[in-house]
Amino acid sequence: MPDERDSPAAGLGGATLSSRPPPSLWTVAAVAIAAALAVPVLAVVSSLAHPVVEVWAHLWRTQLAELTLNTLALLAGVGLGTLVIGTALGWLVTSYEFPGRGVFEWALILPLAVPAYVIGFALLGLLDYAGPLQTALRHHLGPAAGLPDPRAYWGVVLVMTLVFYPYVYLLARTAFREQGAATLETARALGRSRWAAFREVSLPMARPSLVAGTSLAMMEALADFGTVATFGYRTLTEAIYRVWYGMFDRVAAAQLASLLLLFALGLLLLERALRGRARFVQSQRRGPGVQRVPLSGWRAGVATAGCALVLSAAFIVPVGQLLLWARDAAAGWRTVVPAFGTVLGNTVLLAGATAVVACVLALTLVYASRLHPSMAVRAATRLSGMGYALPGSVIAVGVLIPVARLDHGLAAATEWLLGRPAGLILTGSAAVLVFAYTVRFLAVSLHTLEASLLKIPPSFDDAARSLGAGVGRTLARIHLPLLRGGLLTALVLVFVETVKEMPATLLLRPFGLDTLAVAVWERTAESQWPEASVPALAIVAAGLLPVFLAIRLSSRGR
Amino acid sequence: MRRTSPIRALIAAVLALPILVTWPTPPPRAQAPEVVVYSARHYGQEAAFDAFTRKTGVNVKVFSGQTGELFERLKAEAERTPADVLVTVDAGNLWNAARAGLLAKVDSPELVANVPAHLRDPEQRWFGLTVRARTIVYNRRNVTPAELSTYEALGDPRWKGRLCLRTSSYIYNQSMLATLIKRHGEPRAEEIVRGWVANRPILINGDTKILESIAAGQCDVGVANHYYLARILAKNPAFPVAPFWANQATTGTHVNISGAGVTAHGKNRANAIRLVEFLSGPEAQQMFADLSFEYPANPQAAVNPLVARWGAFKQDDINVAAAGELQAAAVRLADRAGYK
Repeated sequence: MPDERDSPAAGLGGATLSSRPPPSLWTVAAVAIAAALAVPVLAVVSSLAHPVVEVWAHLWRTQLAELTLNTLALLAGVGLGTLVIGTALGWLVTSYEFPGRGVFEWALILPLAVPAYVIGFALLGLLDYAGPLQTALRHHLGPAAGLPDPRAYWGVVLVMTLVFYPYVYLLARTAFREQGAATLETARALGRSRWAAFREVSLPMARPSLVAGTSLAMMEALADFGTVATFGYRTLTEAIYRVWYGMFDRVAAAQLASLLLLFALGLLLLERALRGRARFVQSQRRGPGVQRVPLSGWRAGVATAGCALVLSAAFIVPVGQLLLWARDAAAGWRTVVPAFGTVLGNTVLLAGATAVVACVLALTLVYASRLHPSMAVRAATRLSGMGYALPGSVIAVGVLIPVARLDHGLAAATEWLLGRPAGLILTGSAAVLVFAYTVRFLAVSLHTLEASLLKIPPSFDDAARSLGAGVGRTLARIHLPLLRGGLLTALVLVFVETVKEMPATLLLRPFGLDTLAVAVWERTAESQWPEASVPALAIVAAGLLPVFLAIRLSSRGR
Repeated sequence: MRRTSPIRALIAAVLALPILVTWPTPPPRAQAPEVVVYSARHYGQEAAFDAFTRKTGVNVKVFSGQTGELFERLKAEAERTPADVLVTVDAGNLWNAARAGLLAKVDSPELVANVPAHLRDPEQRWFGLTVRARTIVYNRRNVTPAELSTYEALGDPRWKGRLCLRTSSYIYNQSMLATLIKRHGEPRAEEIVRGWVANRPILINGDTKILESIAAGQCDVGVANHYYLARILAKNPAFPVAPFWANQATTGTHVNISGAGVTAHGKNRANAIRLVEFLSGPEAQQMFADLSFEYPANPQAAVNPLVARWGAFKQDDINVAAAGELQAAAVRLADRAGYK
């Protein structure tokens, strides 16, 4: 127990609990949240109780080493790629002035709204042998001309970097902007060149945000199935589905998923290590913004071209492909339009609810860790985010099984009380679906808020408390206003992720409650990409809306 | 009390959103008779369901999802499941659902008459509705049909670097390997697969992608489900890829099915059976054939004209249940043989 020194008689129950100082409630809340969110993860891990020896032996003999190496290589590539691209772009748009900068600053977030499978499919279509690029090369340079087959390591890393860099970019941009001009100018005044000031001041100060963004990207890469399947790159996640669908062995698949959790734990340790021991806090937030340095000549050209290239590959090409399909598939419009309002409404309501729930829970967890950085609270915080590293359908089944068990218990009790047959009410309810989304995406809000909160100096807390403000008042008056940027980012990220989410939606949605992701799946399941393009475009649009809203809100008041 | 500012009201409203959205609503009491279908197949069956409702007055409620996950939901809901009928693709998936006790035996002379014996469960728990031929496809410019014969012969060195295959994670390939094992035994089946692997096949995920790669000349032959080619040819008759009916002189072309079964714990069993019978009847079968380019399971229905041009062919008449029985063995075999 974390608060032993406060309450030696913790075991005595209610009376002692109420006599504890109020902060311990945060500990209780954090542990309770973690306990609830950990159930699905534990349901997956509990599969280890009965090891499927023959499957493991077979994998060991044939491919486990290769799968592990492939997974590690993917993580390294995607981690490095997103870190470099996200940070560079974030730095570029906050520190320099070049043609198109104003547009790029917000447009570079847009790929976030596009589902990963759309970007992967579109880029593969562009880059593969039968695609327009290589066809043109062969046409002009002869039949031997071409690119290496993108269905390889480099293709997967490229696509995932383009899909996930916005996490790093978004957090980096916010961090660089919040640093304000004063810090950088002090460094400059002390004789540092612009580059040295970036390397020695801005970068270390932004480290928690950069590390948080990168580790989110790596967790996504770990859990991804769609892209690796499209590119035929075999990872542990691909093997999970191979065992589950191919060998009809869900238990062995869950055991493989538990192995993924080990990787996720490794990532968390790495994140802690990389975040650094030094704590950089910003005492002055509302100083003047960074004075952007105008670039001219080839430098401006390179900056503009770099931003344009990333934006084209990650957003314009995929969305353009969707638009082309949508033009071809008039039937797609017909099938989608009648129920479109309802489907869009369902999607937005579910995603909105999830964003709020995830951010409230994440805020509770990170705030508890700030007030009581005890082992129990820290462990609870870490455990709550683990669902993010598991593939969507694995976590969805992890939710389904315990919920269904509880549901059967409730139904049996109802039947006993009322003497008539009762159905299942939780399985396939919106509440359980939102719970599943939260289990899956809590990490997104958690990492984002944690990175923001770390930057608020503890001296603020002390000052507020010594002036007589309680914990709640300090949170409401000091921290929340300072956290506004991070909170908005977290809300938007969870919202957008939820809009795109497919496996849990398919498995756990209430009867007749269809969302855009379901509409996409029903068509792509049989490779009807043109027909899927209309709901897929709607997903992009639904994701763009909060992104724009957040940009407006975050640029106001500065 | 302090006055409530609009901001506070907005925050309260936003915080209340999750509660409003997730408030559990009890399932509405059924008014009209209905059948609840869990379906992993989406395309081209709505028309048949509508026709069933028009004919019988029984409503069809469809819950669509991915096969593996629908299986888990059905299993978790157990005796309290709302599902009456399971519709899914690939015989292996139907076999697996039957093995798990999720499907009930149906004694229906009509179904037995409508669905050929090799396309249904020997114990009458599931029935094939449409047939998908997984056969050899080739580039018409670079390959003559005389060069082609069997799946086994795709291991011939002449196809080195000219062969496109889907990965062995693809369920239709796993089913095909399973029937190879059933036909030839594991050692011979592994030899065949090693032959393909020795030709260094280009592994491409997506049957449509395989067809496009063959058309572009990245490879000359491949294996794909027939209806993907039909879909392309319907839009572009000049597409330079043609099907070749594999193994006509020997075992017949490998076929798979989409099919349906009545759930073990459904509440509307009589109507569920009526629905599956209707789906196997000539009217619904004709709709399947017309809408999806698949072969109707019921020989009374006519094949889509575009597909009919390819001529009749001999199907591998091994019971498609083999796809399920031997699927795990097929995955292991692929791993051993280095077929990724």
